[in-house]
Amino acid sequence: MSLLSIEDLSLAINGTPILHGISLKIGEGEISALTGESGSGKSMTAFATMGLLPKGATTSGAIRFDGTNLLTLPEPKMCDLRGREIGMVFQEPMTALNPVQTIGAQVMETILVHKAMTPERAEERAREVLDRVGLPPDRFPLSRYPHELSGGQRQRVVIAMAIALRPRLLIADEPTTALDVTTQAQILDLLKRLVKEDGMALMMITHDLAVVSDMADRLNVMRHGEIVESGPTSDVLREMRHPYTRQLFEASRHQADLGDAKADAPMLSVQNVSRDYPLPRKSPFGPRPIFRAVKTVSFEIRRGERVGLVGESGCGKSTLTRAILGLEPVQEGQITLDGDPVWQDGHPNLTVRRKMQVVFQDPYGSFNPRHRVARLITEPFHLLPDPPQGAARDAAIAEALTAVGLKPEDADRHIHAFSGGQRQRIAIARALIIKPDLIVFDEAVSALDVRVRAQILDLMAELSRAYGLTYLFISHDLSVVRSITDRVMVMRAGEIVEDRPTKAIFDAPQHPYTRTLMEAAPRLPEFPEAQDAPQPAL
Amino acid sequence: MLGYIVKRLVSLAISLIVASVVIFVVVEVAPGDPASFMLGLNAQPDTVAALRAELGLDQSKVERYLSWVGGMLTGDFGTSYTYRTPVAQMIADRMWVSLPLALFALTLSTLIAFPAGIFAAARRGAPSDLAVTGATQLGVAIPNFWFAMMLVLIFAINLRWFNAGGFPGWEAGFWAGMKALTLPAIALALPQAAILTRVMRSSLLDILGEDFMRTARAKGLTARQALWRHGLRNALIPVLTIIGLQFAFLMAGAIIIEQVFFLPGLGRLIFQAITQRDLIVVESVVMLLVFAVIMVNFLVDLAYAAVDPRLRTRT
Repeated sequence: MSLLSIEDLSLAINGTPILHGISLKIGEGEISALTGESGSGKSMTAFATMGLLPKGATTSGAIRFDGTNLLTLPEPKMCDLRGREIGMVFQEPMTALNPVQTIGAQVMETILVHKAMTPERAEERAREVLDRVGLPPDRFPLSRYPHELSGGQRQRVVIAMAIALRPRLLIADEPTTALDVTTQAQILDLLKRLVKEDGMALMMITHDLAVVSDMADRLNVMRHGEIVESGPTSDVLREMRHPYTRQLFEASRHQADLGDAKADAPMLSVQNVSRDYPLPRKSPFGPRPIFRAVKTVSFEIRRGERVGLVGESGCGKSTLTRAILGLEPVQEGQITLDGDPVWQDGHPNLTVRRKMQVVFQDPYGSFNPRHRVARLITEPFHLLPDPPQGAARDAAIAEALTAVGLKPEDADRHIHAFSGGQRQRIAIARALIIKPDLIVFDEAVSALDVRVRAQILDLMAELSRAYGLTYLFISHDLSVVRSITDRVMVMRAGEIVEDRPTKAIFDAPQHPYTRTLMEAAPRLPEFPEAQDAPQPAL
Repeated sequence: MLGYIVKRLVSLAISLIVASVVIFVVVEVAPGDPASFMLGLNAQPDTVAALRAELGLDQSKVERYLSWVGGMLTGDFGTSYTYRTPVAQMIADRMWVSLPLALFALTLSTLIAFPAGIFAAARRGAPSDLAVTGATQLGVAIPNFWFAMMLVLIFAINLRWFNAGGFPGWEAGFWAGMKALTLPAIALALPQAAILTRVMRSSLLDILGEDFMRTARAKGLTARQALWRHGLRNALIPVLTIIGLQFAFLMAGAIIIEQVFFLPGLGRLIFQAITQRDLIVVESVVMLLVFAVIMVNFLVDLAYAAVDPRLRTRT
């Protein structure tokens, strides 16, 4: 008999249907993945299983855990089950821990709240589980606070809390989405090891097909609150009976059509640039120590080139980007665009500034919600000495919106009327409107679902071909960088360790760190059937 | 942690120096010469000059500032121009009314606000939450002198449980003193409690939406356990800020309530001193209040660090 059996589960929140007749089974020692795009109901399935649905939720069907229907179980019994029999790991390790309690206290709490052990024994167990998740006592005593740990280490603490009482079912909701690829690989290995050692069942929720393809025993593909396809992972990925599964798969390894790489004259030149940040003083009157975030970096970008900059969080890529955009001065070296410095006499150089635009990651946070699209996308006009007025302005707006696949009429709407993908199109329109030479994309597609991401990447490639645009594409996601760039620079600890054409770097990475990154990145399996499927022209 | 305390102490000292200069300058430039005020309109110029010399008003401003600050550091606050008694003694007498009153009111307001705020937050959107929020709305809106008069009308005049005003002095016994301070403390505390309840409620609601509260539930804590163990301490930081501000207000801002209940507190002292151009008393009382406010803020800063470990490592 399966340990967890969800039978015909339907869920509505305040009358809005969320899930429609979900059925799935997970056996002991089995890893079952729920995948699909945002809003497909993956997380709600997990919360229904935990009995932690938001207020106003009504359910029908049954969730049987070891024979007991969890949907009808009274709350005190549910509390008893949570943490002891069913553990859960969340997406955001940075906020999943209580900032004012030590990690030891938080791991012990799982044990003590269930009165499973004496406090002394609970402390020993907390120590054991932290060791087990890879947080040894010499570096991670129980008295550590969450803010003293990195994201990956915090996620290990969250996992330790979830497995402290050796639950029979572990639910992991996007456990590695917020982490760097090397950390992600470690956390996935840890989860696999725990399942193997404890015979735990694992419900793994992720939007990333590549993550589950080599880890899950079974794969459930969800869309609009329904499971459209499920079965053993290798079967699902080989057969892909449902068109949606195929779309997800194709979109995940989408290759944008960049056209030929150009090798024009150098445009952006970064020469021996270093960027320092002062740290807090160690003693009241001592000198301020300095953190060098970017260390003597040099490179060039030629006109029409699409260059990727990859690296893990904290490697200095955002710092370097801010310096290129002239948002902050550099301490050493010089950055020039077409020979003009981006920073001059203590000010950003406006003549250079108007040749560059940037598109940010968050399509929700990067617009003022009170303004209409026309006003939002004409913001860069303030950089121009003589911005277009009246009909010329309207024409510019219409042209920019049409270029990104929207309609000129959209100019009169507010931003909340648009989806995430459409907002990112508007962000690109805002960058395009002053016809810049260089567009910097700062994790511009990281927050998007795979199918939308593929469309936006196509749009970027198309615009680059049509207008001869130069791109600097910053991302932690290697597969995205691979699909949209001619050349890749790999950054680590403030230095560029490898800078070569995209194909060369992915085919044969030279630097050991690049190899580590490549190996850590989850990959989709290559199936002969999938390659027969219609592919966008390369 | 030590670095944090040292840093706070340095900023405390700087605040005190700046405040003393500002108070001295502001009081100095205020119109009205205390000596001519004390002697009346018909005084002879030489009599006024003699009094000015006696009061030390003929010295240079810098000298007077230094002797004022130096005196305060040694506990000598000077002599009142009007009453010719040591200011330190006057302040000490009044302090024994104002400080207990402020503490009494603050305790009451905290005792009301914490349970009410937690109760409302735990039942967000329920009728009981609406009732509490509605009551706090009223509490904020009602002027405290009007409320004070209502208290007098009901509990002193009709029910005769308390005296309508006055203070018998602590010599009459602890309970007699407390009894005299009860109605004023309630009148002071209720509006403060209403504000504090709202802060407590909204701060807790913010925390309840945090990811770590969900983590706590996933561990098997009941909603109530999660609230008490993980919610409260995190919600306390904005609440501590408001408590600090309220204490400062209760020390200095009780003037109206002291008038209504005829209490010999600091508020009345400063009010009288201003009308009589008793500058030395005004300066000293204001400085003392500033000192109290800054000290309370310092204590609040220490309390932050006790509550939030992230502040301790930041030096």
